[in-house]
Amino acid sequence: MEAMRREASVLHLDLDAFFAAVEQRDKPSLRGRPVVVGGVGGRGVVATASYEARAYGARSAMSTAEARRRCPSGTAFLGGRFAAYRRTSDVVMALLRELSPLVEPASMDEAYVDLAADSGHDLSVAGVTELGRRLKDRIAEATGGVTGSVGIGTSKLMAKIGSDLQKPDGLVVVPPGSELDVLHPLPVTRLGGVGPATAERLHQIGVKTVGDLAARSLADLVALAGKAHGAGLYALARAEDDRAVVPDRGVKSVSHEETFERDLTDLDVLNREIDSMAARVAERLRASAFSGRTVTLKLRRYDFTTLTRSQTLPQPTDDGRTIAAIARRLLSDAGTQGGLRLLGVGISGLSVYAQGDLFAEDLLTGEPEPLPDVVTAVDAPEPEPEVDLPAERRWWPGQDVRHEELGAGWVWGRGLGRVTVRFEGPLTPPGKVRTLSADDPLLHATDPPDWRTTG
Amino acid sequence: MKFRVAREVLADAVAWTARSLPPRPSVPVLAGILLEVDGNQLSVSGFDYEVSARAEVDVQATESGRALVPGRLLAEITRALPPHPVEITAEGPRLALVCGNARFSLPTLPVEDYPSLPSMPSSAGLVDSDVFAEAVGQVAVAAGRDDTLPMLTGVRLEIEDDLITLAATDRYRLAVREFAWRPETPGVSAAVLVPARTLAEAAKTLTSGPEIVLSLSSGSSGEGILGLSGKDRQTTTRLLDAEFVKYRAIMPNDSNSHASLPVGLFTDAAKRVALVAERGTPLRCEFTPGQVTLHAGGSDEEGQAEERCDVEFDGEPLTIGFNPTFLLDGLAAVHTERARIDFTSPLKPAVLSGVEEPAADDGKPAGPAERTGSYRYLIMPVRLPG
Repeated sequence: MEAMRREASVLHLDLDAFFAAVEQRDKPSLRGRPVVVGGVGGRGVVATASYEARAYGARSAMSTAEARRRCPSGTAFLGGRFAAYRRTSDVVMALLRELSPLVEPASMDEAYVDLAADSGHDLSVAGVTELGRRLKDRIAEATGGVTGSVGIGTSKLMAKIGSDLQKPDGLVVVPPGSELDVLHPLPVTRLGGVGPATAERLHQIGVKTVGDLAARSLADLVALAGKAHGAGLYALARAEDDRAVVPDRGVKSVSHEETFERDLTDLDVLNREIDSMAARVAERLRASAFSGRTVTLKLRRYDFTTLTRSQTLPQPTDDGRTIAAIARRLLSDAGTQGGLRLLGVGISGLSVYAQGDLFAEDLLTGEPEPLPDVVTAVDAPEPEPEVDLPAERRWWPGQDVRHEELGAGWVWGRGLGRVTVRFEGPLTPPGKVRTLSADDPLLHATDPPDWRTTG
Repeated sequence: MKFRVAREVLADAVAWTARSLPPRPSVPVLAGILLEVDGNQLSVSGFDYEVSARAEVDVQATESGRALVPGRLLAEITRALPPHPVEITAEGPRLALVCGNARFSLPTLPVEDYPSLPSMPSSAGLVDSDVFAEAVGQVAVAAGRDDTLPMLTGVRLEIEDDLITLAATDRYRLAVREFAWRPETPGVSAAVLVPARTLAEAAKTLTSGPEIVLSLSSGSSGEGILGLSGKDRQTTTRLLDAEFVKYRAIMPNDSNSHASLPVGLFTDAAKRVALVAERGTPLRCEFTPGQVTLHAGGSDEEGQAEERCDVEFDGEPLTIGFNPTFLLDGLAAVHTERARIDFTSPLKPAVLSGVEEPAADDGKPAGPAERTGSYRYLIMPVRLPG
């Protein structure tokens, strides 16, 4: 435990509607328009809504179907391009690491920085305000216009509260000593750890604001929320938070899951889903130079019962086929009766070492075998479960494509054997839409475009 | 049934048969050992539909017959008997056993429910029992234990005229051993997959005679079985019905560097250093001309260890990681004073093989891999971070 900080030395950065912002950067025709990123299938869930879409009531974690009802026609519903988000996130995290060696990414679009870990900073309120302003400018410049909100305070709690106060594109420094003035008028739900259930119970005893919470005794809160949680709430309501900024919290597991448009029972189809998910998990493992020992299969049945099954390998692996073989076995043990609406494959027990597998790679040529097509083709959040993919199913909304004659663009829609593509990129003005045959041989999936001008 | 037998002879036969009894029999009678007297010969048999074992001993019989007795109990009793002749008599549904002043009366199991043992297939040829025991032990160590992949729990036995090749792998290592035998039919060719644990157990316990008769029945006429008959003892095992991996394709043909090392000293050093290697962490071996440095552990929370060992090393310096158990299993299986390890790269399998003494035999081509009777143990390395 550290002593409570006396200076506003913790910075929290939260990128504004991050996925949607990257989409609007890379797709100039969507700038200023409502954009929803998430699962585009029948049961998809919104990952991020742009501020324009939020004005209509779209929210993250809402079902995509609900967001479609709320948003006007012309709203772009896009599948996620995680490679593009990752690249932009990496640029931002690198800027944060220039400020301090202690950077704790909380997700792709959120991180804490301990400014006290670098002795070069002026930690006065004026000093950190100026630092925050410069950081925001540099982020917008380096990312091609993605903005972030910054909060700076004496603790992680206050920094996070601060970054949320003036979203988007906000900057709030909570001066040391003024924590309770900022905190107490806020609704209790702003505190980390107060979810809907806790909020409901607090509400019943008349606790609505953090100030109401601070007026309650420790015994009351322990009775209400349990020992650890109650004590945590008691401390947070007093802005008592000495949590350290822990760099690179370390990945504990890597997983991937899919929600299907309709319940699947066919074991062959499900096994193909497993293969593709296992290959993606393995790819991400290798990208982070990890291997893992415990393979977990998650499944949700038609009636929403959710279960996980896992098996631990004698040796850590990063081979997709090994992971797939185990997951397939776990699935055949668990059964698919009644149909599955969700399937996930994950691996944990991560290690920096990987026991090689004599049969995993082609030892004759020394080249790793290319991943099966089904894997490289799906950057989409929801690959289609059909056995014979119609040509149009290769394309999904938001996908980056390149046409050998028409140039680079992205998929606007698909259907009836055709695909509509808008030919534009982050460095072009809004482009034209063209409708092409879905099996146009000149049209290919491609990598995310680069928003940085060369040189 | 009534007979008299020497205590050691009976105890040995019962103990040997009892080893193959199933720990959790699917049917109660399968927990039994069948005693059968015909003339002056007693046969002691066990069978669980997978493996059968039958030992024969000479007895002084006064009455032929048979009885099915709880196997583990009989094994425990015979092992504990005093050193006197044993007299066994079937008395209705019970079996009386008298030895010196000790008397036992055991319940029997319904012998009419006991399945008949598979008949021994026709002989395929003869192997030297010590060679067979050594070869099977060297190879079975690499077999897997996870029976969700049956292929990996077996030992592949390939017959090509007068050469037998055994191979087993758990996908992390692969052991291959060749040896000569005397086939019944010249030019014979066959390949089967035998459950590794059963084969290892049988080979180890059939060394009382100089030779073993190996017999095979292919799967075409029902279930394939392998029979092994030593002196007074014979066992059969059901073959695994699985394809074995095309292991020859992963045997490296050449190497970029190799080390020749003293097995005993290197093993001791590796065991010491491995003491700090936590589960899943490798033994890091840095080979440079004249020596290898072994490291294990490393992060702040773990212990660390390092030890140097003199070896001959020919090639570019190389750092390679191994699961310590896999490396030590291989070192313990080469059965020579010096061993050779061939490397291609830190991510490709390393090949461990024995080096026959004396090495001073001029004009002998290198490459122990080419000798008949050779042993090769491939280890897939552990990828080291960075």
